Amino acid sequence: MAVITIDKVSRWFGNVVAVNDVSMSIGPGVTGLLGPNGAGKSTLIHLMSGFLAPSAGTVTLDGAPIWRNQQVYRQIGLVPERESMYDYLTGWEFVLANAELHRLADPAAAARRALELVEMTYAQERRTGTYSKGMKQRVKMASALVHDPAVLLLDEPFNGMDPRQRLQLMELLRRFGAEGRTVLFSSHILEEVEQLARHIEVVVAGRHAASGDFRRIRRLMTNRPHRYLVRSSDDRRLAAALIADASTAGIELDWTERALRVQAIDFEGFTTLLPRVAQQAGIRLLTVSPADESLESVFSYLVSS
Amino acid sequence: MNLTVVRLTVRGLLGRRRGVLLLVVPLLLLLIAAVAGGSHGDKHELAVRLLGTLGLGTLVPILCLVVGTGVIATEIDDGSIVYLLAKPLPRWQIVTSKLAVAVLTCWLFAALPVLLAGLIVYGGGGGLALGYFTGTLVASAVYSALFLLLGTVTRNAVVVGLAYALVWESLIGNFVSGARTLSVQQWGLSVGRAVAAPGEITAHLALGAAVPLLLVVALASVLGAAHRLAGLTLAGEE
Ligand SMILES: Nc1ncnc2c1ncn2[C@@H]1O[C@H](COP(=O)(O)OP(=O)(O)O)[C@@H](O)[C@H]1O
Ligand SMILES: [Mg+2]
Repeated sequence: MAVITIDKVSRWFGNVVAVNDVSMSIGPGVTGLLGPNGAGKSTLIHLMSGFLAPSAGTVTLDGAPIWRNQQVYRQIGLVPERESMYDYLTGWEFVLANAELHRLADPAAAARRALELVEMTYAQERRTGTYSKGMKQRVKMASALVHDPAVLLLDEPFNGMDPRQRLQLMELLRRFGAEGRTVLFSSHILEEVEQLARHIEVVVAGRHAASGDFRRIRRLMTNRPHRYLVRSSDDRRLAAALIADASTAGIELDWTERALRVQAIDFEGFTTLLPRVAQQAGIRLLTVSPADESLESVFSYLVSS
Repeated sequence: MNLTVVRLTVRGLLGRRRGVLLLVVPLLLLLIAAVAGGSHGDKHELAVRLLGTLGLGTLVPILCLVVGTGVIATEIDDGSIVYLLAKPLPRWQIVTSKLAVAVLTCWLFAALPVLLAGLIVYGGGGGLALGYFTGTLVASAVYSALFLLLGTVTRNAVVVGLAYALVWESLIGNFVSGARTLSVQQWGLSVGRAVAAPGEITAHLALGAAVPLLLVVALASVLGAAHRLAGLTLAGEE
């Protein structure tokens, strides 16, 4: 069993904090790393694949540190996001070279098996420079699989794939997961992650925002109370009118801010409720602003995209 | 040494447009040798200018810069080095394999043409051609190691390398004698002087100083490059 453990890890670049005090553990099966662009997904994958040192905390594979430890590559296969891959080699030469670099007993057999797995044998004699995005992705995949690794890390593997290639890759990853391998892939598209991942880790702005199976993540995203700061011409009367409706979970009168802090259960319901209630009661709304905006907008973005 | 790394490096180096670029240096040296060799001036003076100033002093470091950075900096820049590094291979093996390719390429495209050009303009007399050849062999090996290291340290390896070879060694080295002590070119000349007959080749450094410096710089470059590779980080997609 191969488990990657990220323990209180932060990574900063100058004064940009890319990953902020994240702890998670990735075990066998398919895990999706979900988050919008710039959330820190690639940074996490680089940390897990030994291509970035944590600024704080530790990243380990079955207890062994990953940074500056080449032996972990016996167990890890990495499919990087970037496309460049010795484009003067043919697909066959590229995968074979990877097998040789692992010093496998029979590199040719391993390369053949890997190319068959990703169904790229038909184009293996062509230079990789002439491949489409999806084909490159699959050959990169073959190069990562050639040594039969227990852990597979993939950074945005579905980018640039057509629907058929996408399904094919999902099928393949699902199979690896079922075989007991530890498979982690990143994506900024919820639907993609939902379809494939048994387990989902959500990162937002460098922080570990949520964790669980897709039902739990969906529920968290759509049903979590949304918080708003509301100012009006008569806060008390507005509060009384709002609390009567089922989409309001809680209201607090904030005297220092001279505003209402409202928790809504149902995002859509609340946005239609508020103006209607105010109008009926003859109250003027002065400010309506979502609190903890970053997380809010991210979740609605993930849900709607 | 790892033969797969060697193979990948050779194909990357010679397979692209750079392969053609490598031919410029030998063609230039041989062409000038053929044209000037027929003239009636001072043959010794001509040979020193052609092999020393133009060859070892200018073309050799430039070629080694192209080759030394070409065997590794290109892969680091485009990110394909990941495929070498995500393997349980000792980093020094990657470095020595790439260095072997760089050194042999420089010998073939820089040292050998220096020997041929020397034979054309001066013949075998006084061991002058052989001396410059030996000096170039030694210097181009160290240049390769140094520029390979540079390729793992900075993204501006070519600019820094050019500044070192042309500004430090050639320009400052001509005026400030201290700069000559730290000059691969002078170390090569020192070895060349020892090979040629007395008085044929002028060098500013004793052999006893040049040889240890050559060895230390070459070894330190390999170790430094291996250390850099072991800690290489992948930049995020900008
Ligand atoms: N090498 C780097 N130097 C400076 N900032 C970086 C670097 N790599 C990543 N970042 C920053 O870290 C944050 C997270 O980036 P990244 O991990 O690439 O996000 P994702 O893969 O989720 O899109 C971004 O704000 C990005 O600009
Ligand atoms: Mg990314």
